[in-house]
Amino acid sequence: MSVFLQFLFSGLTTGAVYAMVGLGFNIIYNATSIINLAQGEFVVIGGLMMWYFSEAMKLPFFISAILAVASTGLIGLLMERLTIRPVKKSDLLLMIMITIAVSIVLRGILMFKFGKDPYTYAPFTEGEPIHIYGAFIQQQTLWVIGITLFFIILIFLFFNKTMLGKAMKACAVNPVAARITGINVDKMVMLSFVLSAMMGAVAGIAVTPITLMEYDRGPMLAVKGFCAAIMGGLGRGRGSVIGGFIIGILESMTAGYIHSGAKDAVALVIILVILFFKPAGIFGSKTIADLRRF
Amino acid sequence: MSRKVIAIFVISFMFLSNIAYAKETYKIGAIFSITGAASFLGEPEKNTVLMLADQINKAGGINGTPVEVIIEDSKSDETQAVLSAKKLIEKDKVLAIIGPSTTGESMAIVPIMNNAKTPLVSCAAGAGITQPVNERYWIFKSPQYDFSAVEAIYSHLKKQNITKVGIITISNAFGDSGRKALNEISHKYSITVVADERYGPKDSDMTTQLTKIKNSGAQAVINWSVGPGQIIVTKNWYSLKMNIPLYQSHGWGSKKNIELAGKSAEGVIAPLSRLVVWEKLPDKHPQKALLKKYSNDYESRFKSEPGTFGGHAYDAFMMVVEALKKVGPDKKKIRDYIENNIKNWPGTGGIFNMSPSDHCGLDKDAFEMVVIKNGDWEILK
Amino acid sequence: MQITNRNIFIGFSIIIIILPLIFTSSYSLSIATFSAINSLIAIGLCVLMGYAGQVSLGQAGFYGIGAYVSSILSIHLGLPVIFACIVAMIASALSAVILAIPALRLKGHYLAVATLGFGEIIHIILNEWGPGGPSGFGDIPRFNLFGFVFDTVMEYYYLSWFVVMIVMAFSINLINSRFGRALRSIHDSEIASNAMGVDVPKLKIKAFVLSAVFAALGGSLYAHYVTFISPSSFSLFQSVLVLMMVVVGGITNLWGAVVGSIIITILPELLREFKEYDILVYGIILILTLLFFNKGLVPIVIEKLQKVKP
Repeated sequence: MSVFLQFLFSGLTTGAVYAMVGLGFNIIYNATSIINLAQGEFVVIGGLMMWYFSEAMKLPFFISAILAVASTGLIGLLMERLTIRPVKKSDLLLMIMITIAVSIVLRGILMFKFGKDPYTYAPFTEGEPIHIYGAFIQQQTLWVIGITLFFIILIFLFFNKTMLGKAMKACAVNPVAARITGINVDKMVMLSFVLSAMMGAVAGIAVTPITLMEYDRGPMLAVKGFCAAIMGGLGRGRGSVIGGFIIGILESMTAGYIHSGAKDAVALVIILVILFFKPAGIFGSKTIADLRRF
Repeated sequence: MSRKVIAIFVISFMFLSNIAYAKETYKIGAIFSITGAASFLGEPEKNTVLMLADQINKAGGINGTPVEVIIEDSKSDETQAVLSAKKLIEKDKVLAIIGPSTTGESMAIVPIMNNAKTPLVSCAAGAGITQPVNERYWIFKSPQYDFSAVEAIYSHLKKQNITKVGIITISNAFGDSGRKALNEISHKYSITVVADERYGPKDSDMTTQLTKIKNSGAQAVINWSVGPGQIIVTKNWYSLKMNIPLYQSHGWGSKKNIELAGKSAEGVIAPLSRLVVWEKLPDKHPQKALLKKYSNDYESRFKSEPGTFGGHAYDAFMMVVEALKKVGPDKKKIRDYIENNIKNWPGTGGIFNMSPSDHCGLDKDAFEMVVIKNGDWEILK
Repeated sequence: MQITNRNIFIGFSIIIIILPLIFTSSYSLSIATFSAINSLIAIGLCVLMGYAGQVSLGQAGFYGIGAYVSSILSIHLGLPVIFACIVAMIASALSAVILAIPALRLKGHYLAVATLGFGEIIHIILNEWGPGGPSGFGDIPRFNLFGFVFDTVMEYYYLSWFVVMIVMAFSINLINSRFGRALRSIHDSEIASNAMGVDVPKLKIKAFVLSAVFAALGGSLYAHYVTFISPSSFSLFQSVLVLMMVVVGGITNLWGAVVGSIIITILPELLREFKEYDILVYGIILILTLLFFNKGLVPIVIEKLQKVKP
């Protein structure tokens, strides 16, 4: 029992990381139907900036966190202005390629600014891991799970209860119609990039004490987050979170009960099988997915 | 339209910052994994070679001729390593090449070096790079074999009557060669590998693997990796309160790791190159003076430690430089000099003894077993 | 002169034949050979994406299958390289059928993830269970045919480009056939083509198989050229690179795949002067190209040339 619990906790830890990254994908997707593969770099920037403000500049925790989130948001803004706005043609493949090219540049800049070494800082709360029935879970994991849940609710309220959020969603489904109804589509797209960059930064700040952070962790985070978002169904906040936890737990259970060398492969095979039966993810609807542009 | 013109302008401008200068120099090529998955190797290697070349040129060059190092980034990729080697040999006409950083890249360029009859001193550890020696006429390497590090760990375990170990390795070439060595020579020390776990280079949590090791009856854990993985394993090992010692590979040798792992690192044992612990060596040790100078120079210039891997580049580069000094710019003579005259030669990795039957030239005693105590290294006797 | 596929084909062939007379160093010829190998994967992907409209982020998987199967068979079973290569293509085709089954039901981002997952699974399999594991293995025989070994870079250059031109001729004929027209119809609208009596699933499988076979051919040529392979050459990074080649060259034209491959293969070599800043310059060039030449270079050039014509 304690062994099973330990595998479960390990999976929750990994899954919480994926879930938080997956959430960021949904914000931009909800506003633009674009998948931003530079999302992983936002997470890395968040974590590294947090290190910079709190460890190198020795600023207090909350001020560092606010500065890290704000500076990442600024990078999201720049990215949208410089590389997304100028594209007239909206094409799935082109957009994916542009976000990949941006991620290459961001990674290059991070390498020059921070070098290749990993960074970390103290967890939010110091102290021994929590023991439950002989298994342990790090306090930071609980923080990550808590923050993730908080943001699911926040994002749900934003997209469903506020005018701004609803307007944003309208832009993704049909930009022309949205414009006719008086929505400033350009501003919405920009806002979605800023928000998702900030979401990425929060994820980075929260997971760095667990995973450490270095300049080239972005692609792996993006791939896992992307898988989490797809598995849950794109555009569904809770979907990507549950998707993230499922992947994390699958990996951990495979490592525990089958073989640790096979853990990523088994998790991927299961994603493929799920997609075979639910082509729009667990919580996604095929009809709605068909109506979306991409 | 005007935007397109600007785009073309910017792109073409980027190609025009290319100034060539012609001056009689000794050209040495270097191929390192400066970016990509193995950048932890390439970075200190590149810095080391840049620093050494500067030092030599400030002191008047090699017999009055300045040395020019042309460093290529192989991006941790075999294709890029092949192209780099061809470029260095044909375009830059280098006298010798040092690197690549990884075994795979080194293996990929072995045929090229043999065809071009140009000496290579690899900075990677794999035994296949220099063996079989009759097919590796032009190839040398400076790092110790992986199994030397494993032997150092196993003999230390044996002294404590530990017979069952659990190993956990990273699933890239570095971890894989360690894993193979750990499995292959365990029987020589009557040690059984009771758990053989792996993890990816960017994994966030290794508790599952360590839990399995804990339940397998292992009396010690050996982790073989470089990068964030070795710190996460250390932290997880500490949190799990496993009550068995944790051994790390020779890639553990950086103060930065102690800093990142914090109190979890207390008691971790690893076979480290003397470069890491030179301060703790007795003064009469033949390597001490050299290690001290290299380590201090490096730290004052790059504000970081050279680590074991920077040392590989140091040894490779200095061998070529010494050969150039003695025999001049002749590829064949450089090769012959390295093969026959690098004898009793103190480097950072140990005392080298090259011969026609051994193109590595290091013995098993290249490592010191080091434990972390109160946040610092301590050599175990 | 008319810009037809036939004329481009002849022009291209002439350039390929005379190029080694100008660039004699084996460095330049190696770059050209790697361009040819990348072209093979890119042409397949171009048929799949540009004509059948199916995104794939997993081409490196087929490329890896080609390289590994071909090397293993030629080393361990001592099979002649040409047979090993053919078996590798068959193996790749079979795995494409397996991938196509879930992929048939998926669209857009979901298809992207499914193919990405496939590529990663192959990468993990090679890493964990491939001979040599993550370290890879060497001593792969050079390509040989009827006792003739393609030993020098020049010979290999001609071999690989010869293969590219055959594949190109085959693909051009294919897309101008009934098959190609049907493919383009599913690119435009699956529902409409279904209504017109096109067997959409079967066609999609065929497109996947074709791209897999070309990629495996590229993989086999790569393995028997470098004579050492390791899983790191067949990762997601390679899939993205091939995608980049197709997009930069122009997804709507098969020649775009070839031109894109040449550009993306040469670009890092030109950027060597920038030392470690190359990654930044590389990224910025990519962004600029994607932003301002987003139809792809070949379609843009053809458009310009056709405008110039009286």
